[in-house]
Amino acid sequence: MNAIAPAASRRFFLKASLAAGGGLLLQAALPGAPRAASSAPVAAQANEDAALTAFVRIAPDGTVTIMSKNPEIGQGIKTMLPMVIAEELDADWKDVRIEQAPVNAAAFGRQFAGGSMATPLNYEPMRRVGAAARMMLLRAAALDWNVSPDECTTTPGIVHHAATSRAQPYGALASRAASLPVPDLAEVPLKDPAKFRLIGKPMPGVDNAKIVTGQKLFGIDVTRPRMLHAVFEKCPVFGGKVKSANLEAVKALPGVHDAFIVRASEANRAGHAEGVADGVAIVAKNWWTAQKARGTLKVEWDEGPAAAQSSTGFAQEAARLAKGAPAASLRRDGDPEAALANAAHVVEAAYSYPFLPHISLEPQNCTAEVRDGRAVLWAPTQNPDPGIALVAATLGISQGSVTVNMTRCGGGFGRRLKNDMLAEAAWIARRAGAPVKLLWSRQDDIRHDFYRPAGFHFFKGGVDANGKLVALTDHFVTFGRGGTTADSAAMDASEFPAGLVPNLAYGQSMIPLAVPTGPLRAPRSNALGFVFQSFIDELAHAAGQDPVEFRLALLGERRVPARSFFRTDRLRAFDTGRMHDVLAAVAEMSGWKDRAGLPRRTAMGVAFYFSHFGYFAEVVQVTVAASGEIRLDKVWIAADVGSQIINPSGAVTQVQGAALDGLGAALGQAVTIENGRVAQANFDTVRPLRMNQAPPVEVRFLTTPHPPTGLGEPALPPVIPALCNAIFAATGVRVRSLPIDTAALREGAASL
Amino acid sequence: MPYTITVNGARRTIDVDGDMPLLWVLRDELDLKGSKFGCGAALCGACTVHLDGKPVRSCVTPIAAVGAASVTTIEGMADHPQGRRLQTAWMALDVPQCGYCQAGQIMSAAALLAATPHPTDADIDRAMAGNVCRCATYPRIRAAIKQAAEGA
Ligand code: FES
Ligand code: FES
Repeated sequence: MNAIAPAASRRFFLKASLAAGGGLLLQAALPGAPRAASSAPVAAQANEDAALTAFVRIAPDGTVTIMSKNPEIGQGIKTMLPMVIAEELDADWKDVRIEQAPVNAAAFGRQFAGGSMATPLNYEPMRRVGAAARMMLLRAAALDWNVSPDECTTTPGIVHHAATSRAQPYGALASRAASLPVPDLAEVPLKDPAKFRLIGKPMPGVDNAKIVTGQKLFGIDVTRPRMLHAVFEKCPVFGGKVKSANLEAVKALPGVHDAFIVRASEANRAGHAEGVADGVAIVAKNWWTAQKARGTLKVEWDEGPAAAQSSTGFAQEAARLAKGAPAASLRRDGDPEAALANAAHVVEAAYSYPFLPHISLEPQNCTAEVRDGRAVLWAPTQNPDPGIALVAATLGISQGSVTVNMTRCGGGFGRRLKNDMLAEAAWIARRAGAPVKLLWSRQDDIRHDFYRPAGFHFFKGGVDANGKLVALTDHFVTFGRGGTTADSAAMDASEFPAGLVPNLAYGQSMIPLAVPTGPLRAPRSNALGFVFQSFIDELAHAAGQDPVEFRLALLGERRVPARSFFRTDRLRAFDTGRMHDVLAAVAEMSGWKDRAGLPRRTAMGVAFYFSHFGYFAEVVQVTVAASGEIRLDKVWIAADVGSQIINPSGAVTQVQGAALDGLGAALGQAVTIENGRVAQANFDTVRPLRMNQAPPVEVRFLTTPHPPTGLGEPALPPVIPALCNAIFAATGVRVRSLPIDTAALREGAASL
Repeated sequence: MPYTITVNGARRTIDVDGDMPLLWVLRDELDLKGSKFGCGAALCGACTVHLDGKPVRSCVTPIAAVGAASVTTIEGMADHPQGRRLQTAWMALDVPQCGYCQAGQIMSAAALLAATPHPTDADIDRAMAGNVCRCATYPRIRAAIKQAAEGA
């Protein structure tokens, strides 16, 4: 179906129609096309205007069904965006039901969970969807009563005409409203935020009742008639190929339906990074039988060239590269070498951080049915559109023949932006000739991730006799090839404190990498925050200054950066004044000034970071035992994400969770590469934060006159350097490498 | 071979290998999907169920070892005195983020409250340290356990 009539304007119009059951179905559609098919050009236009469609249905009994467009990964989007629509619709929240929208970019705009982008991209468009629906209900009532719509008002779920004391519930008006022309979305008036009833009120998650009673919600919970279960054994060395496998022995096991070799040369002809890798699939009557059969499976692998790679090799190569000049310059201001030569104090330090896995608690999985050239998948994905394209390419069918149903995701953290598990499930299901649920073990999940890339930074910094930072250089050794950094392994030339230090140089060298990498919650920032905010702390101490005061001086006067036309560019520009304010706020919240009174080996550290349009300053207090063991006492967070916190309950838990996530990674997580394979396999060696380690986290949002922005990520980056800076203050030991080695923090270790 | 077990008060018979973990019996044979798979190695607690009221990791509990013990899962928590209060507190305090760990958290918390109606922070740390929440909802889990305990 072609979605765009030749003469169609680029603007989308709301279209009303009768829903099954006689209610109001409000959808946005292109002129001449009541239901747009998902096709790439339409999606591109949809982005531009933030396309809207079938978001709101109102039944005669007053039940309002609101579509949740984006994947739910625990960020609370399934509650938050419908709240925004319901607010402007003036719906009574108790009448609202939420449905997960189908994947249809033409109808819903881009549907993904990433980059903390849902709020900046959807806040105003979703308000307009709700406001347009309300206006139609007002007009329907006005027609019924033969009055002007301007004289009508709403209270939740009801239209009123005060002059004649008449009122009609939405349910009674819905079918009439559906017959009316739809207002121009750009023109519909929006509520005065001072009158918000839902936005700004803490709202519990809409799936909570199902979650606490154990109902089916997640990808792993999907069942289909005649469904079989699969595991997929891939080469532990990235890019390795199957030479042979004892398939007959595996197939002979009771309960095993089939075992077969999958070849990337057939299933991933284009060599897509997320495409199917070589491996052996085992399909069985239940998952346990398939998983147990792996004990019998013996595969001979051609491990390929990646087997030569290792984390220790990378570190040696980084140290070697650091002795020379950077291969490329990212930025150069002033004369850093001369400024360092003239500085009163010069600090030199080498920092590094490891590869990190995502370890979403729900292991990767996908259920697929492939029949008659069509594929239907049920997938916990953060990014269904590219998943559809990948499955289509894998099976050699059209994208229109692929349907992806989004399930709730048991965590995402960026892992489910990649759709490798969808491609695998589709390929295996077609071969099996039956619906198949592919489920990875935890070991599969840790060993076949798209890791947060490791990295190495070689810093020099100089402060003058007045304690002012006058020079900074960073030789960043990262991964990549041919001038292109690996996924999520790049650094921007604008990385803080660029622009605020007169003499500054950022250079970069690269190591070729066979390990897959990708975005992990606050990609790049989760590592760069650690190294830069730790090194700045070193410079503060070298200058003999309070770390808060030193940072305030570095931010300098309040500068409102130039505002460009594009909203996201405007949001992206760094505003020193906003950071100043969150830093001052967190110092006040934490009692920073009085920290000298803390017991021995108990101390505070501070850091800030700007990412995902959010300004976050954080203080961590730790106590380091004589043994080196770290106790996290408390975390304070001051945040500025603009004018409106949409759902305060979700907002606080996102910020707390992101900060605790960062602390867990710093304390216990790394993936190390040995002979081209990941050494870790489960939660004993990749250690998530646990209850007994988790400190209280106090959160304060500053309300500022800026557009609201997202919260899934930006609280994470500053917490790691705040922790490391606190450890330095407590012990005198500077943490320059993650995860934190507590043995180095033993009493007396600093003087060694 | 056939095993008959009692799950949430009902007798259920399944014909599986004796080494099949209770988790997979519950999920794949009995279609009780509330108990979750996270690690398969007693490292995360997502699969926690009660055997005669005691919390166990069902991913490492072979069906043959269940015997006559009564199995309670998250699907049976509404009939469990502490479980019901915990579910209410969990919703009131909006504990879940992704929600994947929460069945296991509630199962561990219910066993804690059954044995220790008014737990201290240290009691909570001890009882809950085996339950990973990757979304790190720990502050609210702690608060919800305390709120449920107050209703005792
Ligand atoms: S799945 Fe059983 S403890 Fe993790
Ligand atoms: S809520 Fe996501 S793992 Fe606990």
